[in-house]
Amino acid sequence: MSTHSSRLAARMMVAPSVVLLLIWMIVPLAMTLYYSFRFYRLLSPDRTGWTGFTNYVWFFNSPDFWLALFNTLALVGGVLIITVVLGILIALLIDQPVKGQGFLRILVIAPFFVMPPVAASIWENLFMHPQNGLFAAVAQGFGAQPILFLEQYPMWSVIGIVSWEWLPFATLILLTALQSLSSEQIEAAEMDGASAFARFRYIVLPHMTRAITVVILIQTIFLLGIFGEIFTTTQGGPGSASTTLPYMIFKQAIAAKDIGRAAAGGIIAVILANIVAYFLMRGLGRNLDN
Amino acid sequence: MTKTLRALMGATALVALSGVAMAETTITVATVNNGDMVRMQGLMDDFNAKHPDIKVEWVTLEENVLRQNVTTDIATGGGQYDVITIGTYEVPIWGKQGWLESLNDLPADYDVDDLLPAIRGGLTVDGNLYASPFYGESSMVMYRTDLMEAAGMAMPEAPTWADIEKAAAAMTNKDAGIYGVCLRGKAGWGENMAFLTAMSNSFGARWFDENWVPQFDSPEWKATLDFYLGLMNNYGPPGASNNGFNENLTLFNQGKCGMWIDATVAASFVTGKDSTVADKVGFALAPDNGLGKRGNWLWAWSLAVPASSDAKDAAKTFINWATNKDYLALVASKEGWANVPPGTRTSLYSNEEYAKVPFAKMTIDSINSADPTAPSVQPVPYVGVQFVAIPEFAGVATTVGEIFSAALAGSKSADQALSEAQAFVADEMKAAGYN
Repeated sequence: MSTHSSRLAARMMVAPSVVLLLIWMIVPLAMTLYYSFRFYRLLSPDRTGWTGFTNYVWFFNSPDFWLALFNTLALVGGVLIITVVLGILIALLIDQPVKGQGFLRILVIAPFFVMPPVAASIWENLFMHPQNGLFAAVAQGFGAQPILFLEQYPMWSVIGIVSWEWLPFATLILLTALQSLSSEQIEAAEMDGASAFARFRYIVLPHMTRAITVVILIQTIFLLGIFGEIFTTTQGGPGSASTTLPYMIFKQAIAAKDIGRAAAGGIIAVILANIVAYFLMRGLGRNLDN
Repeated sequence: MTKTLRALMGATALVALSGVAMAETTITVATVNNGDMVRMQGLMDDFNAKHPDIKVEWVTLEENVLRQNVTTDIATGGGQYDVITIGTYEVPIWGKQGWLESLNDLPADYDVDDLLPAIRGGLTVDGNLYASPFYGESSMVMYRTDLMEAAGMAMPEAPTWADIEKAAAAMTNKDAGIYGVCLRGKAGWGENMAFLTAMSNSFGARWFDENWVPQFDSPEWKATLDFYLGLMNNYGPPGASNNGFNENLTLFNQGKCGMWIDATVAASFVTGKDSTVADKVGFALAPDNGLGKRGNWLWAWSLAVPASSDAKDAAKTFINWATNKDYLALVASKEGWANVPPGTRTSLYSNEEYAKVPFAKMTIDSINSADPTAPSVQPVPYVGVQFVAIPEFAGVATTVGEIFSAALAGSKSADQALSEAQAFVADEMKAAGYN
């Protein structure tokens, strides 16, 4: 049983790391908050001052903002659906005992180790390019017009590229969950006459729930901030068709050199991330509890 | 003492001595990954031999990334770089802010009066030269002589936009994958907006009137955008809204473009060893519409010293080496006259050896026909041919570039794009306090 003083000692022990974490988080957040209420453009150093909510108002009035918000959520949602569904299927496939299983698994996992801008560059120039790309060559082989992926379906293309990158991660986590499933349980179900689908639906899938939750939570954190793929391929275009919230903030900070507006965008993104996290934790969090 | 030992001790003494003599200064040079700059890094042996006390560290970046890093560094007084590579857009603005060191005190052998007047004028603020031009460029028409011949046409030396349209129609053969004309479509103030702004000058359009009111609702801009979209939709490559300088260079080198209107520096690439059409390229001045202005720009990648540098003297020594006449001669002796950085010095164009280079005359004629102080037919309150030298321009033009890029992709009509651009620029100018 812990005494009062031993609890105090324990708190004192963890205090330094808690304080450090707080500073780690609070200082950048406070600075962003401060700048978001300032007129601060790098290239006009002689004009500075408080501007109230002007920067926020600009964001909400910008015709790109709501599209960017939608695109951000579409990217997260689209990639999650594709990676989880395909991840389950591929995990089931490579869980089968086949010859060269180890090598096969390495192949499946490989895309995850390709750096995002490199992956995006490969997709843009070797696959989706309307003159030099593989898809264009295939389309022309059938006598069809090449599809202009990045011009006509920019958001779908980005979702496709990001899914390709994150699919191995989902597969890997789901595969480990599959491997921890005892074969006896499956055999027992088989003896009782359960069909393959029933076995999947009532034994395999429930067993993977926790792994799926982990995949969704971790991927959401990273997907909300996806930037490199968009920067490399579409630059948020054509127009603003594939602009997400992080890309819009980047444009304000780097192209327009407007730190005030970029900071306001950053605060909006933080709020958005918290809303998403709240619903995720409410919806999925209890899967992690038991 | 044995001989070896004596020799060794002598060597040690020498090393110690030279260590004292060479109080080495390290300078960091930020530059763009263009062919001419990369070539300079290959010639550093010459600099190191002449100035053993200066050690040069390179930061070589892609154009947009370079601009972002350098701008952020200088605006926040970061002091990361001692020599920066910037263009004619940045120099007047940064010079005025006091962010750059004046280069008026370069030694006499730099020969400042030898610089091309149009280029020198763009880099000078209130009598101070704030950057030294490394290479200068304008834009011009590059076309395939074999395709023109096959079509039974001849390219005039100074074509009109109508000539370009006619030639594009004649050369386009979509089944063979040949498109009459390749133009920039990728969004960005240094990408499609550089081309479109220069083009609009020849249609009599301007960015702002004398009171800084944006002019995208003018008939001249409408004519510009309509013509551009018509040309690209009928005779351009598919997916053009993603094509910038590098993408078009690849297409032209692969033989997929009949014409390409772009930077004069591209001339040495399309006639170089990476090009499959190297011996079939002709050059012509950028087109006009008979209004007295041609659609060509003026740009000079230049070396400057940030005021925050802590090795200004060494930085100036380096700049004098890299942009001196001697450097041109050095490149010519090692790599041939065609590879000399063009467009900075009068003496280069009076050199008989250089006159034999096929694109030399067209480059200097193009540079001389651009006037940054009076870019449009109509009066303007700004300086700059393919840009407007105000701090807000980069941000504003990037967004306008996106709108026009969307129009090229077909997701907006020309009228819609122009009214969006007009509304956006008007708002931004108001927010920036111009009117």
